[in-house]
Amino acid sequence: MTGRRRFRIPKPGALLNTAMQTALVLLVMVFIFLPVLWLIISSISTRAELLSVPIHWIPENPTLENYISILVPGSATSEVARTFKITLRNSLVVATSVTFISLLAGSLAAYALVRIRFRFSEILLIGIIGTRMIPEVSLVIPLYILAARIGIINTPLVLMATYLCFSLPFAIWLLAAFFQTIPLELEDAARIDGCSRIRTLFQIILPISAPGLVSTALFVFLLAWDEFFFALIFTSTVAAKTVPVAIAEFTGRYVVDVTAMMTGGVLAAIPPVVLALIFQRYIVSGLTAGAVKG
Amino acid sequence: MATLRGKTSLTLRQRDTIIGLLLIAPSLVIIFGIVLQPILSTLYLSFFDADLGLGRTNIFLGLGNYLDLLADPVFWETIQRTLYFTLVSVGVELVLGLGIAQLIHAHPPGWRILRASLIIPWAVPTIVNGTMWRWIYNADYGALNGLLLQLGIIDKYIPWLTKPFTAMNLVILADIWHSVPFIALILQAALATLPEELEEAAEVDGATPWQRFWFVRLPLLRAAILVALVIRTVEAFRVFDIIYVITAGGPAFGTVTISYLTYLETFSFGHVGRGSALSFLISIITLLLAFIYIRFLYRPEERME
Repeated sequence: MTGRRRFRIPKPGALLNTAMQTALVLLVMVFIFLPVLWLIISSISTRAELLSVPIHWIPENPTLENYISILVPGSATSEVARTFKITLRNSLVVATSVTFISLLAGSLAAYALVRIRFRFSEILLIGIIGTRMIPEVSLVIPLYILAARIGIINTPLVLMATYLCFSLPFAIWLLAAFFQTIPLELEDAARIDGCSRIRTLFQIILPISAPGLVSTALFVFLLAWDEFFFALIFTSTVAAKTVPVAIAEFTGRYVVDVTAMMTGGVLAAIPPVVLALIFQRYIVSGLTAGAVKG
Repeated sequence: MATLRGKTSLTLRQRDTIIGLLLIAPSLVIIFGIVLQPILSTLYLSFFDADLGLGRTNIFLGLGNYLDLLADPVFWETIQRTLYFTLVSVGVELVLGLGIAQLIHAHPPGWRILRASLIIPWAVPTIVNGTMWRWIYNADYGALNGLLLQLGIIDKYIPWLTKPFTAMNLVILADIWHSVPFIALILQAALATLPEELEEAAEVDGATPWQRFWFVRLPLLRAAILVALVIRTVEAFRVFDIIYVITAGGPAFGTVTISYLTYLETFSFGHVGRGSALSFLISIITLLLAFIYIRFLYRPEERME
């Protein structure tokens, strides 16, 4: 492709074309960044300035006060803001545990489903992926009754358990797609050398699939960090409340809480956005494996 | 071969089945342990007149809850709104996503930065996305009003979220901001795997850019588009989080979608039986979509190589 293009004299329209494309790139960037920018500006503005008409686009006295009041809460901070740090920790604990368990159990299952063709494997795979289609809302009442009976409402445990029922099928699906891309010959060679199935999995398949594992871990972590519905129903105290629930609580209050709300929003967005940007490559490969190759 | 290697009398195939089931067991226990009992109880509850926390015995209604729902105009209005949300958001997302994917594929200056930037709206948590837009739409101090006033498009601040139809469209805009990147990233990844020769051959044969797009590129993208579409359709049909945060179903039920109605029925009105029936109707519709989904994913000839 490049070889052919390099020797072609640009048509008169090509320059115009590039200019137009660049303009479009800029337009899309504006659409992406304008809301985010406003979120960040709101978080470093004073309340008085945010609630002024006409609107102040650039804060005259930018301040980190809002961040300080959430991260180092004083007596003046509101209840929701004061507990926000704890909800960040809850989210981190739940998302990390769910990621770890999904990866561990998921890679065993995905390997078995993709590489050991035994009876029922096809049906099992379809059944497991099919659970992804069950709406959360149709599980939540019986789960609530069950969780209340064994006394795990308002604990991170109930969130880990319920998140696994959607994150694990997702992990299996994605890992299965990655495992399928590993050449069979590699595995056959190991098996002929006398490697057991389990050793083949841990010494051949998993090391080669490291990028797939990273990508799956990222997706599961983001999914768990993002989850709102189960967290809303199952947690109401700071013992287990996650970040999305805390932020939704800000919106329930009056508009005066808006700086805390925006600051909380920025803080909640930082972990997933930073992770996704650092591991960009893996996000794209995960989307490709999951969606394109199936 | 198994009898040569091992002393057991199991065949290789039997041994594989055992190992396979053992490897799968932890996942099966977790998934079906958490899913199976609840889904059956929900089905069971959907046949009863059951209320939250009244402590009275449930009354068996048979298909009563379902028939009630199907005869209720509120249910059909909600279905209509949900379909409107799904069709408009997924439709716009597909068109914009396809456009942005092609833009990236053309490699104009800054395409790498654009691709990296796309990850940001996608990674921002749904709830944060919702609060952000709710603040932008704010009637008294919102950025949308501020911007439109300064551009001279409006002459006074407008309470955007007080009209049902406007509120619905603004929720859709927030959803579009969040989800276009997902479709654009999938499609640009798929575009990158397409063979260049086909389009070049078409160009040599004198096909216009539009013809090359419509007859060469689009058919090759069909598989990726279909997957992106189905994933997004199932998601959009069950939308809840973003509505909860931006409008809480208001104004005047104007943004109540089917998941939100289920939530209201169950947790606000305490009609557990009716809520269960509703959630089962959602399950049936999404399972229909899932059926298309799985059929599509497991038809090897549809796969792109």
